Amino acid sequence: MLLIPSLALLTIGLIGSPFLLGVINRTKAISAGRKGKPLLQVYFDLIKLLRKDVVYSRTTTWIFRAGPIISLAGLVTGMLLMPHGGSPAILAFSGDFVLLFYLLGIGRFFIILAALDVGSSFEGMGASREALYSALTEPILFAVLVTLVRMTGELSLSAMIIKMSPDFWAGSAAALILLIVILFILLLTENSRIPIDDPNTHLELTMIHEVMVLDHSGPDFGLILYGSALKMWIFSALLTGLVIPLRSGIFWIDLPAFLAGMFLIAIGVGIVESTMARLRLLLVPRMLVGATAIVAVCIFLTLK
Amino acid sequence: MSDLIFVLLILTGFVFLGSGRLQFSIRTLALQGILLGSIPFLGSLQGLMGRVTFIASMSLIIKGLILPYFLTRAMHRSKAMHEDHPYVGFTASMLVGIVCLGVSFWLTSRLPVIESKPSQMAIAVAFFNLFVGLFVIMSRRKALTQVLGYLVMENGAYIFGVAYAIEAPFLVEFGILLDVFVAVFVMGIMIFHISKSFDHIDTDQLSSLVE
Repeated sequence: MLLIPSLALLTIGLIGSPFLLGVINRTKAISAGRKGKPLLQVYFDLIKLLRKDVVYSRTTTWIFRAGPIISLAGLVTGMLLMPHGGSPAILAFSGDFVLLFYLLGIGRFFIILAALDVGSSFEGMGASREALYSALTEPILFAVLVTLVRMTGELSLSAMIIKMSPDFWAGSAAALILLIVILFILLLTENSRIPIDDPNTHLELTMIHEVMVLDHSGPDFGLILYGSALKMWIFSALLTGLVIPLRSGIFWIDLPAFLAGMFLIAIGVGIVESTMARLRLLLVPRMLVGATAIVAVCIFLTLK
Repeated sequence: MSDLIFVLLILTGFVFLGSGRLQFSIRTLALQGILLGSIPFLGSLQGLMGRVTFIASMSLIIKGLILPYFLTRAMHRSKAMHEDHPYVGFTASMLVGIVCLGVSFWLTSRLPVIESKPSQMAIAVAFFNLFVGLFVIMSRRKALTQVLGYLVMENGAYIFGVAYAIEAPFLVEFGILLDVFVAVFVMGIMIFHISKSFDHIDTDQLSSLVE
């Protein structure tokens, strides 16, 4: 019985995740005074890419072809583990968050390998940056999750998120606000948004994520694009689970609340992107160390 | 609620460690002063005596408005807008800050438990700000940043006062506030004179004065 809402939300996530990117783009366009692309532009892009042919360089091996598929497979499996607001994930067990974030890690690892497989020095540079920033964000992410485990006393992501009631919020507001700030920074970093990386730059020496996927074409690139939409959805779902502590248990109340939360986060990302400039590359580690400091404060808050 | 203020005090400490722009550091310090001044109002709302109110509002005005004003003026006069080459980099300073935070919470857990009024965290936050101030004094070059570090240290000591010695004699409390005020006033003038005679306020080059 519980499975049906979870399945419904999973389907909404799998189909609706590119829509989040559309909302971000629309927010940016409106605040810049433009009309902007259609909200469904990402879907059009995906369809266009899937109908195209693929071009493989002769220097590449099977790793290059496997990269996008493995990365997407990891993300789709991760979606099974991600609770959406009040409804639990399809799979939930103790320590499932470790599996979830290492599935994302495997995906990233294979994208990095594929970038190195091309043999282009430009892509190698992007791969090295991606590896550096993921190495910096991973301890922060797990420190956040450890803090959540300590606060809720639950070991599974679904149980943790379901425990976030208004009463729970009132009890530990200070730590939760800090956690939300850090998760938002992590969302921006992991999804290579401004101020860490600019998803719109395609030929710039300072870019990080986009440079790795330059040589992917056609359906392969479509898979990567869809994968990045799914990743955005996963991180936003985690954040929404903390931001909106509405757990009525009634599907028709929880669902709109959850979707409204996702929508708000996408608008928030859009506002950050249109009001901030990209950070200098050297400042990114400083910002991430700052986030580590905030996590440390959270952990000490929950220790007492 | 007062928990939130102490968390903000820790975060301002980290901002202070991680920023090189002096204007920004001064504003952070002003924010810290305002937060400090508002602790007594939250902590003992029911038994708010006239004396406590007076000290708290005086420190709020001096630390939140007057001192930042003097420091900004000293900064503009000495034309030192940015801490260029600290001995310890900003990212590394923040890592040191995390260690300081750990040490201060550990120290607090080792201390004999006293009934603390505003928040459980008060003592740890006081230690943390003491350490941050001390570290900034040691690791930065510009004389002005060192003055800022001294003020953060003083803020740490003030948190102790707010947490435990709110019943301390009026004259002592007020005397300390006046001392700090005069100290910063004098340091501001000194920094101006140093920068006028030497075109910079880098303290590591002051040793070549010997003669």
